[in-house]
Amino acid sequence: MSRYSFLSLIANALNGQTGWAPAWRDAAPKPDYDVIIVGGGGHGLATAYYLAKEHGIRNVAVLEKGHIGSGNAGRNTTIIRSNYLLPGNEPFYEWSMKLWEGLEQDLNYNAMVSQRGIINLFHSDAQRDAYARRGNAMRLAGADSELLDREQVRALCPFLDFDNSRFPIKGGLMQARAGTARHDAVVWGYARGADRLGVDIVQNCEVTGFIRDGDAVVGVETTRGAIRAKKVGLAVAGSTSRVVKSLGLRLPIESHALQAFVSEGLKPLVPGVITFGMGHFYVSQSDKGGLVFGGDIDGYNSYAQRGNLPVVEDVAEGGMAVMPLIGRLRMLRAWGGLVDMSMDGSPIIDVGPLPGLYLNSAWNYGGFKATPASGWCFAHTIAKGVAHQLNAAFRLDRFRSGHVIDEKGVGAQPNLH
Amino acid sequence: MRITCPYCGTRSSHEFAYLGDATPTRPSPDTPDVASTFHAYVYERDNPAGPLDELWYHTAGCRRWLKVARDTRTHEILAVAFARKDETSLPEGME
Ligand SMILES: Cc1cc2nc3c(=O)[nH]c(=O)nc-3n(C[C@H](O)[C@H](O)[C@H](O)COP(=O)(O)OP(=O)(O)OC[C@H]3O[C@@H](n4cnc5c(N)ncnc54)[C@H](O)[C@@H]3O)c2cc1C
Ligand SMILES: [Zn+2]
Repeated sequence: MSRYSFLSLIANALNGQTGWAPAWRDAAPKPDYDVIIVGGGGHGLATAYYLAKEHGIRNVAVLEKGHIGSGNAGRNTTIIRSNYLLPGNEPFYEWSMKLWEGLEQDLNYNAMVSQRGIINLFHSDAQRDAYARRGNAMRLAGADSELLDREQVRALCPFLDFDNSRFPIKGGLMQARAGTARHDAVVWGYARGADRLGVDIVQNCEVTGFIRDGDAVVGVETTRGAIRAKKVGLAVAGSTSRVVKSLGLRLPIESHALQAFVSEGLKPLVPGVITFGMGHFYVSQSDKGGLVFGGDIDGYNSYAQRGNLPVVEDVAEGGMAVMPLIGRLRMLRAWGGLVDMSMDGSPIIDVGPLPGLYLNSAWNYGGFKATPASGWCFAHTIAKGVAHQLNAAFRLDRFRSGHVIDEKGVGAQPNLH
Repeated sequence: MRITCPYCGTRSSHEFAYLGDATPTRPSPDTPDVASTFHAYVYERDNPAGPLDELWYHTAGCRRWLKVARDTRTHEILAVAFARKDETSLPEGME
């Protein structure tokens, strides 16, 4: 498999586009591996890529029950940002941002990383103070931030409803380095990168159970037979509880549906990503011109992969409050994905909870932006048997020890955050 | 999704607030290994794909807690009852 380059483009243009090879091998499973990663989403593939690239562990398989990228990796609203607050998570998300910035060169793949900026609108003095504090926390962790006043926001987004009588826009917190990335390309780029380093990407291979040696996990049972491994890492997003059920594990996770929407195509309108500060609504514009927007999780346990109308209504109301022109648009599509919501709203990347098992889960509604750092940290955690400093706070036993990362300060329940 | 409240009748799920899995029961503070039992009670969940007993509060209706059995794969409501076991009949004067 050759590298993509200007020359390869020209050569293939001249030979009638007949010289392209598949971007990765559709591998059949071998009987055993050093490491098995369950879940061929962005996180699983990135983990395999960094295991091979950073740690030289190449006898690795990624097992995916469908086709790679058919989970949330191909279903999200593609926003990347590092505008977090707490010492336990902001440096992690900023590391992810840095990896995004070098991703395309690293992978030799166009992931359409577009740093168009995100503006979190604020509508009250208290909210301005909270965002000023958040902006400062971001800067302390090496990220960028800028507090915009109302006129600065108006210059960028004149179409917002600045004089809304309930939620007047008073300004916004801007992260200029945030933006979007093409989610499918991220999956394909990591798959191709991992494949080139020798990783087997095995599709249509559902993990149905585990091979045990006493307490330890020493492999997996799959729809394509038993496969042994020294280490098994789970990156199955909203399916984590289901997958670990046969191990008798109960996790601090509930699965919920999260919906997203896309409108008919428009000329360029929305410069970056905008979030409404007083309700749950966020919007960006896709490269094809459609407005991509979303809001809250449905708020009750669901494995249905489809949403319900109350949230559609809530998102539309939020959109109308902040951006009334949205009322003139036709909504083309709506879809839902399964997200595993943790009890504090933060992720888990950890060794265990059983010997041989490694856990990457609980990405809540925001794990796409984490894809590079999640893979990078999970690879470190699997290779070294300990967490990296960047994911040291994402341990599973934080709920037991009281070191929860409750960014929003809302408490121990998914439907609160 | 619609939920048939035993008091109010069939209503949109919009009228209800969700609490979550109805199965965890608050342990007694006198239990041995109380930290672990409370940790399990507050945080750990079975999170099944299939039927789940859950608690819903009829916020915009009779304001009672309901125990709703729902299939998390299909949103099908399998059963609804008052959450309090003694709350089987209507309040006095409301027959
Ligand atoms: C509508 C929506 C919008 C979102 N918007 C954003 C956003 O704008 N920004 C952001 O940062 N995040 C967003 N997210 C969250 C983000 O998409 C997820 O947190 C992230 O993609 C999860 O990691 P992943 O990519 O590895 O998961 P997935 O892509 O879901 O990967 C998990 C894989 O595991 C596979 N799997 C499951 N069970 C098994 C099994 N037993 N055996 C084998 N394979 C199995 C699945 O098929 C799946 O492919 C959004 C999510 C949704 C649903
Ligand atoms: Zn009622």
